[in-house]
Amino acid sequence: MKILLTAQGDYIAQRFDLAAEAVIATADNGVLSGRPRTIIMDRPSPENLSNMVMEENIAVVICGGIEERHYQFLQWKKIRVIDYIIGEHSVALERFLRGELHPGDILPLSRANLSL
Amino acid sequence: MSRKPLAVPGEVFLEDLLAGIPHASAVLDEGARIVAVNPLLEVLTGYRRDSAIGVYAEFILRSNLPNGRGQLFQRVLDSGEPVSMDGDIIDRSRMRVPVRFTLSALRLRRNSQAVGILVVLEDISQLQAKAKSTLFGDWTTDIIGHSKKMQDVFNVMPLMAHTDASILITGETGTGKDKIAEAIHRNSARGKFQFVKINCGALPPELLESELFGHVKGAFTGAVRDKPGMFKLADKGTIFLTEIGDMPLPLQVKLLSVLDDRSYFRVGGETKERVDVRVIAATHRSLREQVDRGAFREDLFYRLNVLQIHLPPLRERDGDIRFLLDHFLGDYAERLGKERQTFSAEALELLLAYSYPGNIRELRNIVEYCVNVCGKSLIDREDLPRYLFAREVGVGQRAPAPPAPLAAGREPREPKGEPGEGENWRTVEREMILDALRDARGNRSKAAQQLGLGRSTLWRKMRQLNLA
Repeated sequence: MKILLTAQGDYIAQRFDLAAEAVIATADNGVLSGRPRTIIMDRPSPENLSNMVMEENIAVVICGGIEERHYQFLQWKKIRVIDYIIGEHSVALERFLRGELHPGDILPLSRANLSL
Repeated sequence: MSRKPLAVPGEVFLEDLLAGIPHASAVLDEGARIVAVNPLLEVLTGYRRDSAIGVYAEFILRSNLPNGRGQLFQRVLDSGEPVSMDGDIIDRSRMRVPVRFTLSALRLRRNSQAVGILVVLEDISQLQAKAKSTLFGDWTTDIIGHSKKMQDVFNVMPLMAHTDASILITGETGTGKDKIAEAIHRNSARGKFQFVKINCGALPPELLESELFGHVKGAFTGAVRDKPGMFKLADKGTIFLTEIGDMPLPLQVKLLSVLDDRSYFRVGGETKERVDVRVIAATHRSLREQVDRGAFREDLFYRLNVLQIHLPPLRERDGDIRFLLDHFLGDYAERLGKERQTFSAEALELLLAYSYPGNIRELRNIVEYCVNVCGKSLIDREDLPRYLFAREVGVGQRAPAPPAPLAAGREPREPKGEPGEGENWRTVEREMILDALRDARGNRSKAAQQLGLGRSTLWRKMRQLNLA
């Protein structure tokens, strides 16, 4: 199963449409297989990001705020979306793999400096 | 995520303070983490205060502000200057909501380093929907002012809209007297009727009388048909007499009789015309001084001066210059279909230190010039109109203030060569060239050098401006 997390630095990007980075991880039965890779796009584009989700056969998208039309598109393509997540993407991924990540979760922020 | 104490010196609870703001609002600390929110922000973002406090604000707001690495927050903290810009957020229902963001620095003492930021998010979806549905985007009623002096003006406007008494609006050229008059009219009971504006200084006396009161066919040469006049057109509505100080004395008598009797005779007419019109007058002159000189009737002055609004010049409106620069940048970018530009720190410093004798009209012209001339996303010092440099003052030092507001009783004196009523860049350019030629005693090479132009460019411009 492939998981895509929209990213801005170490954090989940606060908006799907403004994300210019994505972290893609592959997991099997709740265990990561290999290191997650980061993809940097030339500019933020929700359309390009959605295309990437399709091309990479992503099963789960973990993101911040997302517009209804993009959310519906992903749902229609049978992709699970866990949205409105606040926190570091590595923590979000860990939580997801443990089955403990839910839409709207604010994760414990491990860094003192929260500036993006 | 440690909680910040919620009290500020004076033991005011921030949330009590925010509760009084009619828009979604939050207070951030120096690290741009949320310290306090009001219920409207909870509704807009979907985060309850308990969840939001201590979290970096951008995570909660989900805005599209150009705030990468928190640089916008940092700019407000460092400069202490407020920032206002339009953008959007994604709300908890996954809807994109257009919002006007206003970020203001919070200080413990005047001139001290900012210790936090007040963020106000005004939902402008209604405004945008309205703007899209009207042909001109509601440009005419766009009055912006966050300074204390303008807030005082805004506070009295609703009161003035609810009465029917005459109003006298005073203020320097370019301060927005027309817009205030129109806003009062639109929000009054007469709002659905006509708002008729006439410039008393723009027409010769005979023509002005005919324009205001109309004439009957054959009243004078060229009067080939009956004309109703502006007062009749404004019946049940409002007539706005701008530059009332320029109205000739004989017409002042007639105006007084209209105000007293609500009736008048058309030029050459024999029957009384009855009208129900509210009069709003405006002037950049001191009417009191004109009364003393015998150039304005005292009885008319008192009749017009029932309610008075004085519009402060831009240089006295603390913080508004920055708001207006941001507003017009966004506005022109949208009109020209360009990407929104920003001013460099150096350009901004110069613009904030300038005294704007032509007030908002001049500021708007400057921004329009910059947006048209500058092809980059950052408007730098060299993209600003050159006349700003000609009168540049030391960095951080305000330009000498022009004379006090005219309503305070002095004659207007536009600083030489700076834009005044009805002036635009062409006029300013003409003045600059004339100044340079005067300084160079007519020597075009020296004048061109002074202006930073080539001699042939100066010659071409002189031809265009009918100076050669």
